[in-house]
Amino acid sequence: MSKMMYRDAVLSTIAEEMENDPSVVVLGEDVVGGMGTPGGPEAIGGIWSTSTGLFGKFGKDRVIDTPISESAIIGAAAGLALAGKRPIAELMFADFIGVSLDQIWNQIGKFRYMFGGKTRCPAVIRMAYGAGYNAAAQHSQSVHQILTGMPGLKVVMPSTPADVKGLLRTAIRDDDPVIFLEHKALYGVSGEVPDDPGFTIPFGHARLSRAGQDVTIVSSGLLLGFCEVVADKLAAEGIGCDVVDLRTTSPLDEETILDSVEVTGRLVVVDEAPPRCGLAADICALVAGKAFASLKAPPQAVTPPHTPIPFARELESAYLPSVDKIEAAVRKVLAWR
Amino acid sequence: MQLSREALLRAYRQMKVIREFEERLHVEIMTGEIAGFTHLYSGQEAVAVGVCEHLDNADKIISTHRGHGHCLAKGCDVNGMMKEIWGSREGLCKGKGGSMHIADIDQGMLGANGIVGAGAPIAVGAALSAKIDGQGKVAITFSGDGACNQGTTFEAMNLAVVTQAPCVFVFENNHYSEHTGVDYAVGTAQDIASRAEAFGMKVWRADGTDFFAVHETMREVLAHVRAGNGPAAVEFDTERFFGHFEGDPQRYRGEGELDRIRETRDCLKKFRASVTGAGLLGDAELDAVDAEVLGQIEAAVEAARAAERPTAEDVLADVYIAY
Ligand SMILES: Cc1ncc(C[n+]2csc(CCOP(=O)(O)OP(=O)(O)O)c2C)c(N)n1
Ligand SMILES: [Mg+2]
Repeated sequence: MSKMMYRDAVLSTIAEEMENDPSVVVLGEDVVGGMGTPGGPEAIGGIWSTSTGLFGKFGKDRVIDTPISESAIIGAAAGLALAGKRPIAELMFADFIGVSLDQIWNQIGKFRYMFGGKTRCPAVIRMAYGAGYNAAAQHSQSVHQILTGMPGLKVVMPSTPADVKGLLRTAIRDDDPVIFLEHKALYGVSGEVPDDPGFTIPFGHARLSRAGQDVTIVSSGLLLGFCEVVADKLAAEGIGCDVVDLRTTSPLDEETILDSVEVTGRLVVVDEAPPRCGLAADICALVAGKAFASLKAPPQAVTPPHTPIPFARELESAYLPSVDKIEAAVRKVLAWR
Repeated sequence: MQLSREALLRAYRQMKVIREFEERLHVEIMTGEIAGFTHLYSGQEAVAVGVCEHLDNADKIISTHRGHGHCLAKGCDVNGMMKEIWGSREGLCKGKGGSMHIADIDQGMLGANGIVGAGAPIAVGAALSAKIDGQGKVAITFSGDGACNQGTTFEAMNLAVVTQAPCVFVFENNHYSEHTGVDYAVGTAQDIASRAEAFGMKVWRADGTDFFAVHETMREVLAHVRAGNGPAAVEFDTERFFGHFEGDPQRYRGEGELDRIRETRDCLKKFRASVTGAGLLGDAELDAVDAEVLGQIEAAVEAARAAERPTAEDVLADVYIAY
């Protein structure tokens, strides 16, 4: 095991995979940084420091700094993938999927099915998502809700550095297109990461980060840590929570969720994306449909309200799910009848 | 064309307000009081003011992530902007938008924008509306040397040409898009205007650090566009004095570059030298403007600090008009 930050887990995994497989290619805005400036290439890398040093190691054909052209970045990733490469495209902010959505949704996500199973499109599209920086409505969003609804895409949301390592390796080696969502607030978080170069985490396998008999809490990404805080607090009161980290929202590990609810009979789903037609609603519906008899209380969703993300500190913190809101929802299902 | 004393003083004052607004924010941001991402416009004032001095409230502009200068030049309230940047519910956008999303529709300011390249197509729409209204009004989109690489910008230029929309594409070439140089990112090396020309519109180029060059160029551009000749584009060569965003270490800059551009490419210094040299205005009256503007910015900061904070209930307001 080595201790490393979430962002370094991203960078080191990309570097290792590039080393192992010459078909792995990186592209995006400022992934080199400093191109065409007095400071020169790599004077400053990308704003998340997730591609630092790759250009020097692997050169300009495999580390491609692009102009601000998201549609062309994702389209080029599609073409690279169809032509046999393994592109890792970076969108600086997840919000910028808006500019490139056709290439993600109508192209990359649909090739295999439309072409009768004849193609592979092993593209990874990485992006930084999430709120908490008062970056307002166009730089704070969680987009897994939108992308999970698109058949043909796999969607990954790691919550720890170890999961970044295991899941990103799987993503790069996967022959299907993968959306890899990195929460901005996790980049600086450190954790133990397995050194074994064979360490991978398969998609569709959730992780039980806390175990208990009374309530099932399902989450992913940054908010997983909030759920753990609540679980630890309640554990001191003798209340046991299963905390399920989904890891991937597509494929979804239904079995782990259902097995847990069959024991606890109580479900709280915690999600950073908006509430309508979202992940929380999806999982509540899954449980209502397949574990109805086990339920002792109506499933609860903790999500932001159906609004864009506001700027001011007070507004953003009122908007976001918090430890207190999660705890209140858990107590609500515990107190039912 | 010679500007009146009043027009000269007004232009200087407008540029100075933008400069001091930004210089003050640069200091305030370091205290941690201001949240979010802030992109300062210092260095580019002559463009915003040289363009907007030709406009009235019925002419529309659309701005970028680096929007404070465009907003101020178009007449947005200094206090309202400062309060917005402070996240107050008294701010121009009630604390919902912040620095990157300041808008004031009544002033014809259709918004700063966090999505690079989003503005150009919107400006074409506003220009088509002006065409329908037939009053000789225009819409102007400000884009950087980075934004000019977005497909949205290309599509907007072509749409404007084929619909003969009274739209002006103002390209502010400050040589950098975030950490990347224009030489690398713009394939037509250092020349954005030629792209616009290739789309079929008339183009101009001028020194964006020279207020008089900007103002005079825009007079021609706007005469052309208001007369119903379709869209036009202008490329202004300019400088940004701060980092891309506040906190940027700017290692991509050359040795001594910041000192040099502050020394030789400062639009306020150049304006002062020009008007005092020609005997149009005196140093004393310009100094008086400086002092007055500093007082205005100080008052705006104090007002922003004291302004009412938003509450949790405000989160739910204004998603729809009726729901
Ligand atoms: C669609 C989109 N892509 C990328 C970004 C991130 N970003 C913000 S500003 C910027 C650089 C813009 O450069 P330029 O157009 O030259 O404007 P300047 O910053 O120089 O004013 C980038 C890449 C964004 N906000 N939106
Ligand atoms: Mg620029």
